[in-house]
Amino acid sequence: MEPYPKAYLYKRIVQAKLLMDERFSEPIDGELICGEAAFSQSHFIRLFKQVYGVVPRVYLSNLRLERAKQLLEQGMGVTDACSSVGFRSLPTFSRAFKRYTGSAPTVFQQVRAERAKHIVEQPMDHIPSCYAQWLGWPQIRDPG
Amino acid sequence: MIARITHLSVYVLDQDEALAFYVDKLGFKKHTDIPMHGGGRWLTVTAPEQPDLEVALMPTAPWGAWNAENAATMRNLVQQGLFGFAAFKCKDVRATYEELHAKGVEFTMPPTEQPFGIIAVLKDNSGNSFSLSELEPRRGKR
Repeated sequence: MEPYPKAYLYKRIVQAKLLMDERFSEPIDGELICGEAAFSQSHFIRLFKQVYGVVPRVYLSNLRLERAKQLLEQGMGVTDACSSVGFRSLPTFSRAFKRYTGSAPTVFQQVRAERAKHIVEQPMDHIPSCYAQWLGWPQIRDPG
Repeated sequence: MIARITHLSVYVLDQDEALAFYVDKLGFKKHTDIPMHGGGRWLTVTAPEQPDLEVALMPTAPWGAWNAENAATMRNLVQQGLFGFAAFKCKDVRATYEELHAKGVEFTMPPTEQPFGIIAVLKDNSGNSFSLSELEPRRGKR
C-alpha cells in the first residue's frame, strides 16, 4: 500500500467526494470533479482510489445505485428511479443495478416490498427474541 | 460454539436524532425500523460494508427490564460519555476524519500516529465514543 498523501491533498479529495455525494444525480463529469480537487485527472483518480478503494467513476455509479435502491424501496417506478439518480439510459441502469445488487430493479423492488409487508404482518420475526424479551415485547419467534 | 455476532446495542438519547446521525453523517444504512405498540421502536443500522451486523439504536427509556431510575442512570452515563465505546475500521483515517469533520462530527482525538497505526476518536450525537482505525496498516507518514 502506498504512503499517505499530503494533508492538503486529503481536503481536496474529500471535497471532490462530498461534491459527488451532493450532486450525484447531475451529469457530473471527470473534469468537474478534478476541477473541484484541483488535480490533473490521472493524479486525482490515483489518489481517490488510494483513499476510497475505487475510482471516482465507480464511486459515483455506486452512489447512484444505492440511492436507486432507496427510491425503489420507497415504491418509485424503475424508470423514474433511473432518471432521478442520474442515469440517462434505462438499459444501462438496469444492467448496472443487476451487476451491483445481484437482482434486476423490479425483482429487488418486489423482494423489498415483500419484506416490508412481512415486517408489518410479523414484526417479531425481525427482532431477536432476546431483545424482545429485554424490551418487554411479546415474544413470538426468533428471526434466525 | 459461538460463530458470529449478529446484533449489538448502542444506547442513544433520541432514536430519530441518532438515526439521522448514523445515516447522514457516518454513512450507515438503516436496516430495520419497526414501531412497536406502547411507543417502543426497534431500530437498527448497519455499517456500509458489513450488512450482516445490525447495530440496534436502543433508547435510554424505561422499557422492559428498566424502570425510570435505571433509564435515567443510563441516560446520564451516555450523555456524559461514560458508557458507550466501540471501534470502527475504515480504509483511510485521515480522509474519513476530514469528511466527518466537514459534516460537523465531533472528534475527541484527531488522527494520531500510534505504534499500532493511526487512530482517531469520534463521538456520536448521544455521547458514545468510537475509535477509528485502518483496515490495513500503512507505511510512511503524511
